[in-house]
Parts: sequence; C-alpha cells; structure tokens
Amino acid sequence: MFPIGVYSYIIGGLLIGLAVSFVYILTGTHATQSTFFSTTLSYFSKLPYFQRKSLLDQRVWRLYFISGVILGALLYTLTISPDGFWITSVSIWRLVLGGFLVGFGVRLSSGCTSGHGISGISSLSSTSLYATITFLVVGIITANILGILGVI
Amino acid sequence: MENKHIILFIGGIIFGFGLAFGGMSKPEIVLSFLRLEDLGLILLMGSAVVPTAISINIIPRYMKKPVLGGEFKPRQRTLSRNTILGAIIFGVGWGLSGQCPGSALSSIGLGNYPILAGIGAMFLGAYVMGRYFG
Repeated sequence: MFPIGVYSYIIGGLLIGLAVSFVYILTGTHATQSTFFSTTLSYFSKLPYFQRKSLLDQRVWRLYFISGVILGALLYTLTISPDGFWITSVSIWRLVLGGFLVGFGVRLSSGCTSGHGISGISSLSSTSLYATITFLVVGIITANILGILGVI
Repeated sequence: MENKHIILFIGGIIFGFGLAFGGMSKPEIVLSFLRLEDLGLILLMGSAVVPTAISINIIPRYMKKPVLGGEFKPRQRTLSRNTILGAIIFGVGWGLSGQCPGSALSSIGLGNYPILAGIGAMFLGAYVMGRYFG
C-alpha cells in the first residue's frame, strides 16, 4: 500500500495544513489554488467573466501566493530533496491534454484538490465533499483504464 | 507590499514545500496513487485536512476576527450540475496527466520544465471555460 513509506506523505500534508491554517488565522482567507488561473487571466482578457469584481479583488494576493508555492518547492529542491532538480517522464501530450481538461474542469467546478479537497472538506461543505469524491473516482478510473490499455 | 500579501507569500512557500516534500509535485506519484499502487496521497490529504478543519471550525469561536483584521469568511459553494460536471472533467485530466493546479505549479520549483506545457494548457482550459461556458 505504501511502497515508499508514509512519512513524506504525512509531513507534506501537515505542512500544507499548516500553510492553509496560517493564512486563515492571520487573514481569514482560504489559500486555495485553482482560482489563480481565472484571476491571472483577468490581466489579459477583457471578457466580463474575467473582469468580475470578485476576481479582480483576489488577483494580486493570488500572484503572491502562487509565487510562494513555486519558491517553496524550489527551496525543497535546493535543500533536502534527495533527487535535486527533477524532470517528469509523463508524455507531453498527456500533460497538455490533461492540463486543458484540468483547467476547464476546476473552473467549471469552482475548485480543485486544494479548494474542494482541503479547504472545502475542512469547511464541512457537502458540495466540496461530493466534488472531491467525484474527481477522485473519475481520476482512479481514468488512470486505471490508461494503465490497462498500456497507454504511454 | 501589504501585510496580507506577505502572509500569502509565506503561506505559499510552506504550501509549495509541503507539496514537494509530500511527492505531489511529481505527476508520477499522483498517477501511482490513482492507479492504487501507492495510497500515500490519502495520508497527505488527511494530514492536510485535520489541522485545516481545526483552524477553520474551532479558531473563529475564540477569535472574533483574523489577526490582521477583516473577517473569517466561510468557504461555501452551492452544489450545482457544474460542480459535478467540472469535477468529472477535472478527474479525467487528473487521471490522464497526474497534474492538478497546485501540484503542477509547485512542480516548476523542481525544475520540471515540461510541466509548463501542462500549465499553459490549464490556462487555456480555464479561458475556454470562462469564454464559452462562464
């Protein structure tokens, strides 16, 4: 069940929980990920959908937050990472097609693994619970079908 | 730089460090989880949810407002057809690529440059959603 052990997962999860808690206690804000795409698009698209006040109000702090996320992973890479800089072997077409569906889906659903899965469930939101169960089950089915078909 | 932005930046650093430490920044680890070969990411999610649930549900009982002011905003979403339809589409993309928004963005910090193609595609997906279905 846990071929590479459990500690990295538990410590990683606790750090994420600590980060979200820290931001919430200090600012009352839910530090979630996927809205970043829409708020950042508001700098480039004049469409009314992206120019909503709710998005404009969040777009600056979301840039700081995501910059931090990238820097945090870089700090891990430069300090205690056992493998240093690392490059995926997942094919580009999977990253691109999957990425498109992820970007579309998380915005249609108003949340992702972070927004629904962590902040939403922690807020005892039944909507987020249903969304999380849905993307978990669909993700498991998709990955297993591709595995069975031997898709690379 | 406003105080709120400094806090979000620091929170982002801890979040990103946790994603990388927990292996989620690697699509391979996410895919091994979704293929049910390594269930560690359930532990990661549980370890993230417990402290967050305590902070969101218990702390506001003892503090009237956040340390920097403002208010504790509940995160509520109304269940709609789009919530579930979007989660299904996200699930297909997740199972196909092993990427979700946070894991992909943090993966940049591993030097994993191919992930930039996935992130570009996420922006495109978010744009198409907003433009044609928003």
